[in-house]
This record gives sequence, C-alpha cells and structure tokens, in this order.
Amino acid sequence: MAYEFTKEDLEEIEKIKAKFPEVMPATLPVLWVAQNRFGHVNPDVQRLVAETLDLPEAHVHGVAEFYTQYYKEEKGKFVLDVCTCLSCQLCGGYDILEHLEDKLGIKKGETTDDGMFSLNEVECLGACGYAPMLQITNDTYVNHLTKEKADQLVDSL
Amino acid sequence: MSTADWKNYEPVLIPNIKDLHKIDVYIKNGGYEGLKSVLTDKQKWENPKSVIEEVKAANIRGRGGAGFNAGLKWSFMPPADGGPRYLACNGDESEPGTFKDRKIFEYNPHAFIEGALIAAYAMEITTIYVYIRGEYKAYIRMMEKALEDAYEKGFIGKNILGSNYSVDFYVTGGAGAYICGEETSMLESLEGKRGYPRVKPPFPAQKGLWGRPTTINNIETLAHVTSVINRGADWFKSVGAENHPGPILYGISGHVNRPGVYELPSGVPVLDLIHDMAGGIRNGKKLKAVIPGGSSTPVVRADQLDGISMDSDSLRTVGTMLGTAGLVVMDEDTDMVDMLWRITHFYHHESCGQCTPCREGTGWLEKIMLKIKNGDGEIKDLDLLLDITTQMEGRTICALADAAAWPVRHTITRFRDEFEARCKKSVHAVA
Ligand SMILES: NC(=O)C1=CN([C@@H]2O[C@H](COP(=O)(O)OP(=O)(O)OC[C@H]3O[C@@H](n4cnc5c(N)ncnc54)[C@H](O)[C@@H]3O)[C@@H](O)[C@H]2O)C=CC1
Ligand SMILES: Cc1cc2nc3c(=O)[nH]c(=O)nc-3n(C[C@H](O)[C@H](O)[C@H](O)COP(=O)(O)O)c2cc1C
Ligand code: SF4
Ligand code: FES
Repeated sequence: MAYEFTKEDLEEIEKIKAKFPEVMPATLPVLWVAQNRFGHVNPDVQRLVAETLDLPEAHVHGVAEFYTQYYKEEKGKFVLDVCTCLSCQLCGGYDILEHLEDKLGIKKGETTDDGMFSLNEVECLGACGYAPMLQITNDTYVNHLTKEKADQLVDSL
Repeated sequence: MSTADWKNYEPVLIPNIKDLHKIDVYIKNGGYEGLKSVLTDKQKWENPKSVIEEVKAANIRGRGGAGFNAGLKWSFMPPADGGPRYLACNGDESEPGTFKDRKIFEYNPHAFIEGALIAAYAMEITTIYVYIRGEYKAYIRMMEKALEDAYEKGFIGKNILGSNYSVDFYVTGGAGAYICGEETSMLESLEGKRGYPRVKPPFPAQKGLWGRPTTINNIETLAHVTSVINRGADWFKSVGAENHPGPILYGISGHVNRPGVYELPSGVPVLDLIHDMAGGIRNGKKLKAVIPGGSSTPVVRADQLDGISMDSDSLRTVGTMLGTAGLVVMDEDTDMVDMLWRITHFYHHESCGQCTPCREGTGWLEKIMLKIKNGDGEIKDLDLLLDITTQMEGRTICALADAAAWPVRHTITRFRDEFEARCKKSVHAVA
C-alpha cells in the first residue's frame, strides 16, 4: 500500500515546522501525524515521514524505534495498555491484565484474530492515584478498574 | 503558616474554583496580574533581574524532584547576547507514583503558563517550549487551547501588554520514554532525536537547546512562580518547612481510602497525610511501608515514620528523600519482594543503554530479583544485589542508574527478613 499524507496533514506539518528553528525537531510530532493518519508507523510510513521532512530515513527510523508509543506495525483497532507499574501493581493491575488476557483469549503483546484488540502491559502512565488503570490506543484513560469494569469496557468497544 | 497549621491551609494552585482552567475565569480571579506587574510596574520591578532576585529569595526548590532553588538556577543564564534563549518546561512526569503536574494541566493551566511567562521575562528568554509526555494526549490538547487563549488575550506574542517584551510559547509532546523527563534527554527529544541524556557539565544554561542558553523547570515549579510574584517571597517562605518552603502537590497512591493529589504546605507529617488526608489504609489494614517521593526514593518502614514530615531534612533522618512528593502507600499484606521486582523491571525497561553500569546493572537487578521472586534465589544473591548497586551509583551520565539502585539497596536492607525468607536454603523458616 502506498502511503500519502492528505492536504490537511501537510498543512498541519507546516504548522509543526514553524514551531522550531530547524526541521529535525518536527520528527516526533510528524510521526504522530502519520500514526494518527495510518494507525501505525511501519517502515513505509517512516520513509514517507523522512521524505516529507527531507530527513535521512535512518534518523526517522531511529526515533520511531526509541519511543514506545509509536506502533512499528499494524495493531488492533483498539490497543489496551494496561499499567502494571508500582501503584497499579499494588492495586491489582496484574489481576486486570490476566483477566483481559482470558477474556480476549490472547497474551499480552498479541492482537485478537479479528483485529479488534491488542493487549499490552505498560509502565507508569502518570495516573497512579486512579490505579489500576489502562489507556486506550494512546488516548483515553480508564481509571479505577475492576474486572467487571474491564468486561464492560471491552463489550462496549 | 507553620507546618502544624496545615489543616487551615487554603490551596492556591488547585483552589476550589469552578472552571478555573478557562482563561476568563482565571482572569476574573486575579489571573495574569503577576505577569502584568513584572512587565509594567517599573517601581516594583526595576528590571528582569529583580524578578530573579525575588524568586531566588522565595527558595522554590525544584518540584521535578531534585529540589534545586529555581531562582538560583535562573541566575546561571549567561547575559543576553541577542541570540535565541529558551525555557523548556518539563511536563514529562513519569516517575512511578508521580501524577501531580497533570492536576495543574487539568485544573489550572494558566497558573503554569503565567509562571513560565514570568520566568522567561526574568531570564530574557525568547521562546518557551512545554514538553508533555505523549500519553497525556488530553492534556496536550488542553494546553494547546490554553496557549491559544493566552495568545489571543495578548499575554503571549509580540510586545506583551504594551511592553517591548515578546515571546513565543509552544507545546510539544513526547512519545513514550521515561528517560525524556531527565532534562538533557528532554532537550534531545525536543530537538527531534532519541532521548539520550547528555553529559553535564556543560549545564543547559550554558549549552541547551541547539547549543543555546536554556533553563529547564518542572510544571509545578513554574506554577509556584506565579504565586511568589503575586504574594511575595516572604509569603512563600512562611508556608511549610523552612528548608523546603511553600505549598506542595502531594500525590498519594497505593493502599489508601482516598488516593489523589492534595495541595498542602511542605512538611506535613507523613502519617497525617496518609491517615487524615487520604483517609487511612483500605479495608482497615495496617500500614507497612511508604515510598515518599516516587519509585526512586527509598522505602521507609511504618515503624520509622513517627514524627517524620514531608521535608527533605526530616526525611533524611530516616534515609530517604522528598523526590516528587508522590507517596506510594503499602499495607501489611504487601509483598516487598514482588514490589521491588516490579521497580527493577521498570528501570531496566527505561534505561537508555548509553552507560554500561546502567544498561548491564539494571538488567542484572531485574534478573536476580525475578529469581528471588520465583523462589529460586539464594541468600548470597541478596549480597550480590547490594554489590551491584554500589557499582552503579554515581558512575553514569544521568541519575537513572542511581534511581534504579537506591530502591534495591534500601528495600533489601529494611526488609531483609522477607527477602531471606523467599530464598532457598534460608536459615529462616519459610513463612
Ligand atoms: N518528576 C518525575 O517524574 C521524575 C523526577 N525525578 C527526580 O529527578 C531527580 C534528579 O534530577 P536531575 O536533573 O538529575 O538532578 P540534578 O541535581 O542534576 O539537577 C537538578 C537541577 O539543577 C540544575 N543544576 C544542578 N547543579 C547545577 C549546577 N552546578 N549548575 C547549574 N545547574 C545545576 C540541573 O540543571 C537541574 O535542572 C531525582 O531526585 C528524582 O526525584 C526522577 C524521575 C522522574
Ligand atoms: C531519569 C530521570 C527522569 C526525570 N523525569 C522528570 C520528569 O518527568 N519531570 C520533571 O519535572 N523532572 C524530571 N527529572 C528531573 C529533571 O532532570 C530536572 O531536574 C527538572 O526537570 C528540573 O526542574 P525543577 O528544577 O523545576 O525541578 C528527571 C530526572 C531523571 C534523572
Ligand atoms: S544512566 Fe542509564 S538512562 Fe542515564 S544515560 Fe546512562 S544508560 Fe542512559
Ligand atoms: S503506576 Fe500505574 S499509572 Fe502510575
């Protein structure tokens, strides 16, 4: 599949570039634009970002690899990032993770066959007072999870 | 206000005002008066340096965790030479147990924005970036909106409020990397690179973003600047503990009835915070241990906590630190071995890998802790862990290696029985 930015994307990219004295700082935000558009930043998307910004492909690749929020391959429609770090661990984060593994029939790091859900274990999301919690596809936080709440969430998506 | 009066303290950063995040509500409640004052009241503020002096006198100790006097740090900026100078605001907040800056993003973003503008004026800075962790997507959007509003009202941009001071202010987001909260790593990330920390010195004031003078401050630190300008350094110093004055946003998580962020003076007794503010331990359990300021600060046993308060001097007497004032509270059922293993997993996962003692050390810590957790460890592994921590501390580019080593050393020392009981061929009976 050939990846292309839309006109709106390109306008947004121009706005991003205007924030900085050089082009390189646009790398992270433009990778976000790309991920929002295509759902991931696989090597082809990384190439598109590099070409659009006129930066070396190796640079864009290195950045994409360094940061965990960039999906280097296609993911499920909903990515559930369950926090099991310190406060979430203490408040039952692993129970939630295991419960979701059972419910979805996959292990952490995997995607359901129908492509609906990917499940991950993640590090502290800065919501420790709302533990245990998870984040949906790099966006909405779901706080104070219980097994029932996790079930409802999956069923509602 | 002495620390004993903390119950009468009225929050300043997160007061109970509806819709304070909206710029009109903020202005109605005295917002942007501080900025107006420093820019236009030449009687009170002779020049930008006089603002630095006031902030220095207030002794705002950096709320990012290291506690460096903010005004003093500002005074390290070299004289303006006409070229670009930067303020980089650290909203990366990723230390496990820390979730306080988000409270400012959510409830009072303009207090932060105003503080950042005052800081920038004081240091004759021309461009401000606020770097927010990528997971806080909602707050990145909110910050974009808040900055637009402030721009429209003329608090950002050219010739602010008729002064000849001009500044640009941009928000930018991370993409998932704890290390990017370390200030020089954040600079690399802002420059569009992988977040590998830089060797200090040179400090960012000398050589920061694109090699230009740069100051980095935490979001909460900058929000306090607004209060200092409005209420004066003497007010700030009168709140809380003498050596670490002012209000603090305490984040309390773990086994308490009312976890959350509480704004109170520094120096509140730890047990009062847990029992009075956070409603005590869940399910009527007993307190076992507390991590006072994020995962890197050494854990303290409940029986060490009598009379200990949340200020650096008091915490030092029980061998720990204030850090980010993110308290993680553990009840009597907490398995300290599992808990420590999870911390070692975190730091191993987040090490950027530049320095051998950190890259290898964090890996070993996790591996040995996993072995002990699984019941396959031996007593000598505990001593090996302690030995590894000694080889990691103070030998690396940034403080992540220290942050990984401290919890291991102190959790094992303070809960040695529990660790030995989990080891094979233990001299103690297995519980
Ligand atoms: N908020 C969070 O999520 C996290 C906070 N931390 C905290 O970070 C702390 C460590 O931070 P670091 O920046 O490594 O501490 P540091 O002590 O090296 O520096 C603190 C600040 O003072 C400045 N500074 C120190 N000495 C200076 C000098 N001689 N000249 C000029 N400037 C100087 C530094 O540039 C920096 O801005 C830990 O204590 C930990 O509590 C750690 C992880 C996450
Ligand atoms: C590994 C590591 C991670 C850090 N993460 C953060 C962070 O997320 N937010 C923050 O404000 N400071 C963080 N710091 C501290 C910063 O390096 C720096 O001291 C701080 O941003 C300076 O601001 P302040 O003086 O206002 O506290 C971190 C330090 C280390 C060593
Ligand atoms: S101490 Fe660890 S995280 Fe810090 S620069 Fe070295 S390897 Fe990277
Ligand atoms: S430990 Fe889960 S959000 Fe901080």
